[in-house]
Amino acid sequence: MHHARFALLGACVLLTSACSNIQPWVKPYERDRLADPIMAWDRDAISSAYLDHIREAREGSRGATGSAGGGCGCN
Amino acid sequence: MTLGSARRTLGRLAVLTALLLVRATCADVLPDDRADLFYSKYSGGGMDITGESALVRKKFTENFAVEASYFIDKVSGASIDVLSQASQIRDERKQKTGTVEYVHDKTTYTASFVNSVERDYKADTASFSLKQDMFGDLTTLSLAFANTNDTVGENNGTAFAPIIAWLGHAQSRSYDVDLSQIITKNFIGGVNFNVITDQGYLANPYRSVRYIDTGNPKGYSLGTQVYPDTRTSTAIQIEGKYYLPYRAAITGSFRYFRDTWSIVGNTYELDYTHPISNIWIVEGRLRYYKQNHADFYSDLFQYADEYRFEGRDQDLAAQDNYTIGAKVTYAFLPNGWKIFKRATATFDVSRITFHYLDFRNIKFYGLPQYQPGDEPLYQFNATVYQIYMSMFF
Repeated sequence: MHHARFALLGACVLLTSACSNIQPWVKPYERDRLADPIMAWDRDAISSAYLDHIREAREGSRGATGSAGGGCGCN
Repeated sequence: MTLGSARRTLGRLAVLTALLLVRATCADVLPDDRADLFYSKYSGGGMDITGESALVRKKFTENFAVEASYFIDKVSGASIDVLSQASQIRDERKQKTGTVEYVHDKTTYTASFVNSVERDYKADTASFSLKQDMFGDLTTLSLAFANTNDTVGENNGTAFAPIIAWLGHAQSRSYDVDLSQIITKNFIGGVNFNVITDQGYLANPYRSVRYIDTGNPKGYSLGTQVYPDTRTSTAIQIEGKYYLPYRAAITGSFRYFRDTWSIVGNTYELDYTHPISNIWIVEGRLRYYKQNHADFYSDLFQYADEYRFEGRDQDLAAQDNYTIGAKVTYAFLPNGWKIFKRATATFDVSRITFHYLDFRNIKFYGLPQYQPGDEPLYQFNATVYQIYMSMFF
């Protein structure tokens, strides 16, 4: 029983210390390059959604690229 | 204003934007208010599609924003497989989107509704997503769910006197998990995982199957496609973006796709972004896509109703395609105008070359020198132009 309590306490200590010990290895003041607009994943969402819609109407693959709009594109 | 001072002002704006984005790592903030006007043109494979769109995004408080957009595209012509049973087509699609976003601390909640209407097709999509910054803001996790209800019809009349027969409904549910991770001062990585399940009427009524028919002088006849009424697909995309030693960025991505129709697709993309003098941003991109055919696809079946499920849709065929694209963005109004703080204008062009590996060119169907199934394979080029202006306020 004592072993179980000890294990539970140990697990709690490990879990809480794991959360509190995660330090950002890239500090906020070191992120100026990452904050440059050229590093945005998607600078023009409306354009990306349009190109995705064109592709989804002509390819069998879909998904994992962001939204692709609705409709059919059947014709 | 001289070019030098414009550059300096834009340089300050870029630094300010950077600082604001850095601040975003402390508590999530919503993007700037903006209004966009968008025009697009697609030409290829016998089709011309022009699209026009307007988007407005407005923050009402620091943590609540609303976005609305309207898109209309007009189709003329018909793709090669539609020509196997239909005449020229003239149609338009109207899409309305409404989105609300709410930020609380490091969490962003987004709800969206999309309504798309064509004469013979209606689709309503409701979606919800949640984005959370964590681990010292090095990691961003997004979860999203979307539900789409489609109503599928067929125009049995003409382009100008349509007679629409409504054939059925389909429901689609999409689940997304996206992870973005800061890896170094110059490198971010991302993983996007998506599952979509469909149920209902999934076939395209404008496509036909083709089967050998010795009683027909052409050597073949056309029949109705029969698709499975369920489909589940899984896609995973891995991407990385690297800030080069000079001010430019390179992005690479790979997507793996597979579904319960036995389609397996691989997509490779490479993108290079290069700003010039804080006024221009030039972007070049390459994309390669390859897939095998669905298990119920054939360009030519041996006889009518050979299998329980039969399809001859272009997008189910084995294919590969290459895209080369370029984009130029010009930043103007550095001192603002009226309510606008700044603006950008963008021109984007893509050239796509499609090769089909088991889909044959209908132009050669029935010609005496070709037996059914021996016609040359189909391929075509498409060009996509996009012009848009974004005003930030």
